[in-house]
Amino acid sequence: MPSPRNADTGAAGRVERPHLVTGGGFAALLIALVVALAASLLLGIAVGTVTVPIGEVWRVLTSHLPWSHTTISPVRNQIIWAFRTPRVLVAAVVGAGLSVTGACLQVLARNGLADPYVLGVSSGGSLGAVLVVAFGAGSLGGLGVNGAAFVASLLTLVLVFVFAQRGGRVGPTRLVLAGVAVSYLMTAATSALQLYIKPGELRGVMFWLLGSFASARWDDLGIPAAAILVSTIWLLARARSMNVMTTGDDTASALGVDVHRFRIELLVISSLLTATAVSVAGGIGFIGLMVPHAARMIVGPDHRRVLPVCVLGGATFTVLVDLLSRIVDRPNELPVGIFTAALGAPFFLLLLRRTGRTNT
Amino acid sequence: MNVTVAGVSIEIDDHAIITGVDVEVGSGTLHGIVGPNGSGKSTLLRCIYRSLKPAVGVVRLDGSDLWRDLSARGAARQRAVVSQDASLDMDFSVRDVVAMGRAPHKGLFERDNAHDEELIDAALVDVGMAWATQRLVATLSGGERQRVFLARALVQQAPVLVLDEPTNHLDVRAQLELLELVRGLRLTTIAALHDLDHAASLCDMITVMQHGGVVTTGVPSEVLTPSLIGEVFGVQAHIGPHPLTGRLHVAVAPLTPTPQPHHTEVT
Repeated sequence: MPSPRNADTGAAGRVERPHLVTGGGFAALLIALVVALAASLLLGIAVGTVTVPIGEVWRVLTSHLPWSHTTISPVRNQIIWAFRTPRVLVAAVVGAGLSVTGACLQVLARNGLADPYVLGVSSGGSLGAVLVVAFGAGSLGGLGVNGAAFVASLLTLVLVFVFAQRGGRVGPTRLVLAGVAVSYLMTAATSALQLYIKPGELRGVMFWLLGSFASARWDDLGIPAAAILVSTIWLLARARSMNVMTTGDDTASALGVDVHRFRIELLVISSLLTATAVSVAGGIGFIGLMVPHAARMIVGPDHRRVLPVCVLGGATFTVLVDLLSRIVDRPNELPVGIFTAALGAPFFLLLLRRTGRTNT
Repeated sequence: MNVTVAGVSIEIDDHAIITGVDVEVGSGTLHGIVGPNGSGKSTLLRCIYRSLKPAVGVVRLDGSDLWRDLSARGAARQRAVVSQDASLDMDFSVRDVVAMGRAPHKGLFERDNAHDEELIDAALVDVGMAWATQRLVATLSGGERQRVFLARALVQQAPVLVLDEPTNHLDVRAQLELLELVRGLRLTTIAALHDLDHAASLCDMITVMQHGGVVTTGVPSEVLTPSLIGEVFGVQAHIGPHPLTGRLHVAVAPLTPTPQPHHTEVT
């Protein structure tokens, strides 16, 4: 939201280089992030209830290459290939998706507090999932938990959109307000439902509400991966328009952006990304809010740079956070949402102190 | 390039903001729009920068219908805007903001090339902001920002320039410098102006608006009469040659004579 600023900020407000990485440092940063992502994926596969040496992880992974003749023990293969590999990949894809969505929504709503959950999509998805847990698959036409979450997310979005638009135009503030109101409604319904759930199933519901990758399998990877790939390419092609959108509707129109159409396009992209993320991993908070801001603090506000950093940084962060959720209380797992905040908030606060202008 | 506004009406939430507005701006002229607050100046300009679509009427750039014949991008290559809305949520540098003016000329994934860089550098020199390219726009003073926004409009390389109260927030010297700069560009320029004296001394033509309609259009010396200014703005006006420049000059005062301050003796 535009904040009033003094016309004359004085010497203290005059930060010449507010970002950590400028100019040519960007390529180096991208390489570093790719390396970090690869390392965190390997680490995520190796470490868990049973820790497997990295060399062994590598042997198992490469044994699945079509030309490989290596033989692997079925148990190791089961742990590494059937459970952990899809899990870390889903975590990476969901993290990237939520981060890109956050960047998108902060532009769309012109509000730095916007995140994938501000539109109520997550609370709607959670309601769908909890309905199925509470009353069985029959309650939502035979949909499984993931399917119910996806459908409920999209239905919620339609509801938000109906209230957010006026004559087909979506106002940024109206969108946020409609999203927040619908979100409260869905959360209230979810809370009420929890009272009717058998105590034994409450833990499963809590995992859903706070997010978890524990149940991720290879089947969960395809749709979110395709969604994030297509969306990111689409958004990168329009990164200039995203930059222009931050300067206000009138200026954006003047600079050749069809503001209302572009806003609806961003809305569709964000909601599909969020719905796919929620349907495989539940409601993981904070990533979508924090990663885009961290990316901007590091590389500046240009979305041609922000989006790639969101994809790589969001993926890496989420893989590492998921890893923590598995090892802190071994052999038990904790909901990943607890760690996104516990690990993310201090890092974010540190960045906040180190960068940016003084009067924000 | 001519700009024609023909029979344009705008309603917002079933409330008529402007009705049946006709304005014809000749190629290369500086056309001022004056009128009291709420007379519909900004609304009219927002039609020209394609932010509001008129319910009735058309806006044409050299005969092309702004909405039917031109895309948002196509229109942005024909007319540039310095608007009043300036959202500065993000930490963009002066150079980043000016570079945004090249957006309508750029394809998907296309990067800025040497030609773009030259235009950006030249525009920053023209508006006197070349010293501040790496500064954050949010840390500039109001007047400096306004010049950056003008530079952004210049790199759009559009034959038509639309300015919505461009001298807001500027000190007196900066106001004169900016308006002289704009006049020197010899683009087809439409500017909403608050200061009648600026309008009188700098514009080739003036359109006076009131209650969402056009009162009259013409050359400043004919349009700006004491009776019209009195009627539209509710002030009394003196019109004559400027004592320093000799250009048309408008001095205004309240309609009812101001009571002279009493000097009460302290006893």
